[in-house]
Amino acid sequence: MSRPPPAAIVIGASAGAVQALLTILPALPASFPLPVLVVVHVPADRDNVLVPLLQAKCRLTVKEAEDKEPISAGVVYFAPSDYHLLVETDGGLALSTDEAVNYSRPAIDVLFESAADVYGASLIGVILTGANHDGARGLRAVCDAGGVAIVQDKAEAYATAMPAAARDACPAATTMTLDAIASYLASLGVA
Amino acid sequence: MSDSIEDLEIQLLLEALHQRYHYDFRHYARASIKRRLAQARAQLGFPTISALQDRVLHDPNMLPRLLDFLTVQVSEMFRDPSYFRALRETVLPHLRTYPSLKVWIAGCSMGEEVYSLAILFREEGLYDRTIFYATDINPEALAAAEAGVYALDRIRKFTENHQKSGGKSSLSDYYTAAYGRAAFDKSLRSRVVFSDHSLVTDAVFAEMHLISCRNVMIYFDRPLQDRAIGLFRDSLTRKGFLGLGSKESLRFSAHAGAFVEFVEGEKIYQRRDP
Repeated sequence: MSRPPPAAIVIGASAGAVQALLTILPALPASFPLPVLVVVHVPADRDNVLVPLLQAKCRLTVKEAEDKEPISAGVVYFAPSDYHLLVETDGGLALSTDEAVNYSRPAIDVLFESAADVYGASLIGVILTGANHDGARGLRAVCDAGGVAIVQDKAEAYATAMPAAARDACPAATTMTLDAIASYLASLGVA
Repeated sequence: MSDSIEDLEIQLLLEALHQRYHYDFRHYARASIKRRLAQARAQLGFPTISALQDRVLHDPNMLPRLLDFLTVQVSEMFRDPSYFRALRETVLPHLRTYPSLKVWIAGCSMGEEVYSLAILFREEGLYDRTIFYATDINPEALAAAEAGVYALDRIRKFTENHQKSGGKSSLSDYYTAAYGRAAFDKSLRSRVVFSDHSLVTDAVFAEMHLISCRNVMIYFDRPLQDRAIGLFRDSLTRKGFLGLGSKESLRFSAHAGAFVEFVEGEKIYQRRDP
């Protein structure tokens, strides 16, 4: 069975996220043809410092997601702190202040499940380093919808609980190092 | 998008709620509705959304339980303290020039923001000349808002927020703690009208000086957001103020031109002269 071409990438990370994202996102070329949606667990009352940090290092536009914003290719959207980020059925972004999932808001599961619902087999889901189990159900939803599931290699992850839980929930997921994830994703931009 | 059986079931359930009970969620943002209905289905113990629909159609007692999943929002008092600070420092000096004031808290849910604004207005000496309208579509949430009783373990966060917002009094002046609960003083609601009102189906009911509607419209799709914002525009007095949630904006709205950003970064808008 052949998969449709990828339409979007979702990434979830927690403890150790900054270093991991600094390996992956700057590797994407300016002409990258897909949107990238990212949930990182950050404290509720903190401004998202990741956005300016990564914008300085990336060739793509990096921004905090806004409610009802249309999704554009070649843009990296971060969930704002204290809001869940979802993909809407009309292909836009949506935020919610629904209760925390896995003690997290934003929660990786919420983004991944809503994205799997909309993009189905055209979605690539990536679970990186983290010290909790958020993202496991979400990655499972990506698998169940026929999408590509990737988890960071535990051997190099700063915190292993999250990739391990995601792998357990979704045995079909491919395990990769950060460098391998970076070059795989970057290759999607080469026609 | 995938037109799964579940999507069809959701569409039918929303249609049923509208036709049977006149609750219209058909233009709520679908991704969140889907999550909330999945939760309702699981926690209320139904195998499918269709089974839940069958029950709610035939058993009106199921309606409030379902509404809790679809509408209730847990907030905090003085959530986003910088918003209340901006109201205090930038908006209230303008409101002070009016002899009487009307404030609308649209989608007030359990009332956290109602009491926050009541305390702010009292601290600034404006409470006695203000009428507050606190509206929601969920009757149980409205009753809870009117009761003004919150779990004591939430008070610490409320107090911290209140201080960060520039509070001039102590939050503990306004509640009595007993049995693990904090009951807010009834003098804070002596000038509050709690009322059923739907941003989806209802119309303008008074001329407001300030409307605060935060983290309500993120649950609406864009056509419904436009309706609500149009309703706010028509409800505001000349140069009246509209406060939205910190991640909401008028940028994608058809009515963006009717407002000017009044406090940058705080999502506080002022209605332009018509």
